[in-house]
Amino acid sequence: MLTVTDTALEVVDLVKRYGARTAVDGLSFEVQRGTVCALLGPNGAGKTTTVEVAEGFRAADGGAVRVLALDPRDQALKPRVGVMPQSGGGYPGLRAGELLRLFASFHRDPLDAADLLDRLGLTDVARTSFRRLSGGQQQRLSLAMAVVGRPELVFLDEPTAGLDPQARRATWELVEALREDGVTVLLTTHLMDEAAQLADDVVVIDHGRLVARGTVPELTQGGGQIRFKAAPGLDLDDLTRTLPHGSVAKESPAGSYLVEGAEGPQLLAGVTAWCAAQGVMPAGLQAQRSLEDVFLDLTGRELRA
Amino acid sequence: MTTWTPGTLSPRPAAASRGQMLRAQTKAELTLTLRNGEQVLLTLVIPLGLLVVLTLVPFVTVPGRRVDFFVPGVLALAVMSTAFTGQAIATGFERQYGVLKRLGATPLPRAVLLAAKTLGVLVVELLQLMLIGLVGWLLGWHPHGDVLGVVALVALGTAAFSGLGLLLGGTLRGLTTLAAANLVWFVLLLLGGVVFPLSEYGAAADVLRYLPTAALSDGLRQLLQHRDLVARDLATLVVWAVVALVAAARAFRWE
Repeated sequence: MLTVTDTALEVVDLVKRYGARTAVDGLSFEVQRGTVCALLGPNGAGKTTTVEVAEGFRAADGGAVRVLALDPRDQALKPRVGVMPQSGGGYPGLRAGELLRLFASFHRDPLDAADLLDRLGLTDVARTSFRRLSGGQQQRLSLAMAVVGRPELVFLDEPTAGLDPQARRATWELVEALREDGVTVLLTTHLMDEAAQLADDVVVIDHGRLVARGTVPELTQGGGQIRFKAAPGLDLDDLTRTLPHGSVAKESPAGSYLVEGAEGPQLLAGVTAWCAAQGVMPAGLQAQRSLEDVFLDLTGRELRA
Repeated sequence: MTTWTPGTLSPRPAAASRGQMLRAQTKAELTLTLRNGEQVLLTLVIPLGLLVVLTLVPFVTVPGRRVDFFVPGVLALAVMSTAFTGQAIATGFERQYGVLKRLGATPLPRAVLLAAKTLGVLVVELLQLMLIGLVGWLLGWHPHGDVLGVVALVALGTAAFSGLGLLLGGTLRGLTTLAAANLVWFVLLLLGGVVFPLSEYGAAADVLRYLPTAALSDGLRQLLQHRDLVARDLATLVVWAVVALVAAARAFRWE
């Protein structure tokens, strides 16, 4: 029976604790059907915990999660949802081809295992046991095991962690093909370029809380932030007097300038006009924040354990 | 690597029939067991080697014909090796490697997974019974007793040892399970009436006879040597089976 709803995944005020530690702290977001959503956050932000609650592996301590309009633990979801855990999950003694065919055999109408192996560059290791595969090969096989049953919704927990560029490209192509064919994908990542490349929506979380969400353009084109390089020692007080009220300019390190303010377009016009009047060429001028800037601004720049 | 033809990945989710899943999972379980060198050593090589050596080399004194004493004991050892030690170790590592957790996210029902594990154990046991019977016959073994009695004893022993194996493998880490299961196997080999008659242990025999290995080896021996189906051995195995399976069902952790 088809469920008439446009929401594939709905997370409302989710709370999950491990003893005294709160891993997810009132998180809410939803994923629309047929879209790719990236759950982005630093290590320990609560990404895997959130996904594992949605996969039915862990019970929530508070709030609610609905997967394809059902409780995450509903057995009816099993054929409809594909799961790729962060690591492990293969019998070490089975060969790559045997493992994929085993997982295919749990489904009535699976993808062709040999074709899937081929597209993920695993044909040469189809007869190699799981334990002898490289980390990247295990990752790709794990991805294949998650999609072989032709699911409606796929959870991918750090699908490209540790992959070389070619393997990452193959994974990205598969995710894009899944979206083209109407499959909903929730992936976790701490790679900005991956989220920027694949995701329709990005959900940034930190310390188990939502810190930002939106499309990549929405997140990166927000408030004005302009970077450029020029000769050291420009008169920044003079610059800010010509800019909209509340704008801030600083030089750090010498010769690298950062100007921040509320109104992006006016800010940019003001900066370039002032530079022109001073006869200064602003080199490498960057008016759009990268997703990485957004991410670091939101989650802090200090290193996490 | 090729580009994807549109529609290749269109959702078409449906679980396979339970029969298909059971066949596929049982095949996987058997492949894993028979491909694993340690498992083959434990379930086939050691029992057959012990049978030949103990029968031909008289360093243990036993009542009656040597081969008639050792075949039932080695059969009990074989059941213990497969249902308890082999299953405990495999399950412990499957948990540690996240295999059981991942299978939990597929349409494969837990009941079908357990049925496949049980079928895998039974097929290996059938192989063991045939090979031990064949080697025993070559050594001059003349069994008595009825087949149904043997089936009943082996089935109860399998249930008891599976329960104990799943209890161990379902609660401890892989390497801990490996050590514990091998230690228990060795102790039960010595104290379970497989290699030495229980009478060698004097008064302790009154306690040792309630060990599952002792009940199974004694039950098979009384049946195959003297056509007696001993109620105490059957009852002992029933109690072990019930206690172990209930404990395993309560304590088992999938990850």
